Amino acid sequence: MFAQFLSFVKKEFLHIWRDKRTLFILFGMPVVQITLFGFALSNEVKNAKIAILDPSKDASSLRITQRFAASQYFDIEQELQSPQQIESAFKEGKIKMALIFPTQFEYNLQHGGQATIQIIADASDPNVATTVTNYANAIIGDEQQALLGSKLPYNINTSMRMLYNPQLKGAYNFVPGVMAMILLLVSTMMTSISVVREKENGTMEILLASPLRPILIIIAKAIPYLLLSMVNIGTILLLSVYALDLPIAGSLGLLLATSMLFTITALSLGLLISTLTASQQIAMLISLVGMFLPTLMLSGFMFPIENMPIPLQVMSNIIPAKWYFIIVKSIMIKGLGITAIWKETLILTGMTIGLIALTARKFKIRLE
Amino acid sequence: MYSITAHNISKDYQNGKAVVSALRDVSLQVKAGELFGLIGPDGAGKTSLIRILTTLLLPSKGTASVAGLDVVKDFKKIRQKIGYMPGRFSLYQDLSVQENLDFFASIFNTSIEANYHLIKDIYEQIAPFKDRKAGKLSGGMKQKLALSCALIHKPEVLFLDEPTTGVDVVSRKEFWQMLQHLKQEGLSILVATPYMDEAALCDRVALMQDGRFLQINPPADIIHSYTQPLWSVKASSMYALLQHLRDYKGIDTVFPFGETYHITASHSWQSPEALQQYLQQLGHEQINIQQITANIEDVFMHLMNQPHD
Amino acid sequence: MIDSNSHIITANKLTKTFGDFTAVDAISLDVHKGEIFGFLGANGAGKSTAMRMFCGLLSPTSGEASVAGFDVRTQSEMIKRNIGYMSQKFSLYEDLTVRENMRLYGGIYGMSSAAIKQKTAAIVEELHLQHELNSLVKTLPLGWKQKLAFSVAIFHNPPLVFLDEPTGGVDPITRREFWEMIYRAANAGTTVFVTTHYMDEAEYCNRVCIMVDGKIEAMDTPAQLRQQFHAKGMEDVFLQLARKATRSGD
Repeated sequence: MFAQFLSFVKKEFLHIWRDKRTLFILFGMPVVQITLFGFALSNEVKNAKIAILDPSKDASSLRITQRFAASQYFDIEQELQSPQQIESAFKEGKIKMALIFPTQFEYNLQHGGQATIQIIADASDPNVATTVTNYANAIIGDEQQALLGSKLPYNINTSMRMLYNPQLKGAYNFVPGVMAMILLLVSTMMTSISVVREKENGTMEILLASPLRPILIIIAKAIPYLLLSMVNIGTILLLSVYALDLPIAGSLGLLLATSMLFTITALSLGLLISTLTASQQIAMLISLVGMFLPTLMLSGFMFPIENMPIPLQVMSNIIPAKWYFIIVKSIMIKGLGITAIWKETLILTGMTIGLIALTARKFKIRLE
Repeated sequence: MYSITAHNISKDYQNGKAVVSALRDVSLQVKAGELFGLIGPDGAGKTSLIRILTTLLLPSKGTASVAGLDVVKDFKKIRQKIGYMPGRFSLYQDLSVQENLDFFASIFNTSIEANYHLIKDIYEQIAPFKDRKAGKLSGGMKQKLALSCALIHKPEVLFLDEPTTGVDVVSRKEFWQMLQHLKQEGLSILVATPYMDEAALCDRVALMQDGRFLQINPPADIIHSYTQPLWSVKASSMYALLQHLRDYKGIDTVFPFGETYHITASHSWQSPEALQQYLQQLGHEQINIQQITANIEDVFMHLMNQPHD
Repeated sequence: MIDSNSHIITANKLTKTFGDFTAVDAISLDVHKGEIFGFLGANGAGKSTAMRMFCGLLSPTSGEASVAGFDVRTQSEMIKRNIGYMSQKFSLYEDLTVRENMRLYGGIYGMSSAAIKQKTAAIVEELHLQHELNSLVKTLPLGWKQKLAFSVAIFHNPPLVFLDEPTGGVDPITRREFWEMIYRAANAGTTVFVTTHYMDEAEYCNRVCIMVDGKIEAMDTPAQLRQQFHAKGMEDVFLQLARKATRSGD
């Protein structure tokens, strides 16, 4: 039986390998998506134009302004004279960020022990907004380190305001999002198409009339795409670490294990679709419209779930990618461990088992 | 010992609101080692019957067995024992000849070497192309490859659904020679075909139309069952002849057959001489009327025109 | 010189190569107006390629041919307008009704709605389709579909119609009814160019051409061919010729 299985898997690999165009798309897609985005990111954040409103003009505020001027990330485009000018500066689209000092900045700092700088960012491009505010925070942080060095208990607060997109989904959402999408695309769509192709070509008829057990057909169909997906995950992670300088904060092992789990969820979805459809077009349509779009819309990757109407929020819970998205963000960006994501992992596991059970039940041992 | 039996098999499909009957109460028995033909046009029910016997469809009514096993209960065991070549070319077009064979050998838990003697004659003809992709083979070659794949595990019963459809005469001839050879190896073979002339190559045939068997018999007996006198007629102007024969009172049916027309007599038929005279009066030349024995196609058309209950 | 008035297809050393494979090897033939011309050959002999060139779907590598008075190389659009085509695989839209199919094909060939109506009525009369006019084509029995497909192929009264294995899988009675339709069309002046795997159907043709390995090996009336090859029927003629084939591959 194992030889049966192996030769089936080998056959699947041959199908994939010989369809060069699809192969190219499958492996090229993650690379293209990640690098395109990476370039977009790194070009935008250099020399971001900012405006400064500094009614204090004291030693401390000027020191901070100078740090910004010296930074490669910022160009001071404009010195504002009044708070009224802030909005118009943004509306003209000249600046990405504004730095607003209070009156008597140094006085507050030295006598009150703390002072607040307001950072306003144009978040219509959320990725740029996060990046520039992160840089701004870092620069102000440096100044504070310097102050601490003088052993004075001074404290500079930054209060941030995101214009146009207050919830702000950060740039790092992109990598987990791309991972979820590509796993879905490769695993769900390609698997369902590859099973349905056998139905269309009539080869399923021969397979069914042979002693080959249906469960073997199912598993053998899934294996190549599981491996392919792991390769894709590897590519995405390598690119995000080395090209986008986005480190993996948490455990790599845990990240790979949960990604594999999600791949299996996606595979079982694909297999379920394939048992319910008879033509490649329909399988593709269901995968795209039924899976891909909801994933894009409801996983929290493009639009924050908290802002959705309640029915959509409820619906988002049945989208596997939502849970995977939370897991990846937690591990990769927040560096959290299994204790933080056990609930999401459990939900994905449950979904997978349910889907596999349904597929096994729906798989037809005959032609109708 | 029968290798295939079917008792009162019916098969209905739901087509929208309408129920379509693909098979209406058909029964047959195929003896071990027999080459049995299902002969009929598209839509006669050949494929439905073969799919029921290969455990791919459930009958709506009736029972059937293959190699002594029930097609519904023992479907797993049957699948070990049968070879099946579906109507469409159903191999992996993107795999080579060799890869297809290897694959089908392994899913039947066997190897090409194990039963090589069975496919040797066939396989040797495609061996020069063993690295070619199956999709790039010619019609005849594809068919030989498909047959090799269906035989690789030395099945007890072989089911072939229209193996010669769309294949040229030369390849068809060769294919039937292969089937004769396999029969000598002891295989029971059930083959469906729309080509009436292939009936003569079977031990027994079932003539099929509209989900029914018109007749099951050895081909010679089928021809002998046709007792009506049959005439072939030709003349120099065949198109005009057709209309004139149709208009002639003494004739029941007129069917073109190659270069002649086959006609059957109605009750007001007088004699070939009377027909000759009638045609001469209409200005026909080189008239040739001969009494002939029927072929399978004559019988088939005759049976098609019979009312059934 | 060729009298182009009596020939609807003329081909002179028509050749088509794909890479180093010569699918059609310098064939020359004339098809007379109003004749039923049978085009036979084993799988892979080059029939389909030749037919595609005549229909203006493929441009020849060398040689020349004219179809319905138009050059296959430069006037393929005019050829398409002046021929009918029907194959076993595709001819009618299954999910349209009989009436809709006729309207569609009439429309494609730029017929007026009056002409379409008139022609539709004539076909319905001929095929006894009165009750099926508004049925989806897929609900018709195969035999009717094939006959209807033929009627639609000559809907716009083309001088020439190509039929590619039109009777595959059809029951013997319908097959003969189909041929009677071909006879009628030919008698009304339409030239019929037909391929088939049924050798008895080859006998129904006025002239038959047999291709082997990309070349025309025989072309004559069935009676002459039978005599020439000392054969009982066309099947015998075909087998004698096709067995000489050395190549295989579509």
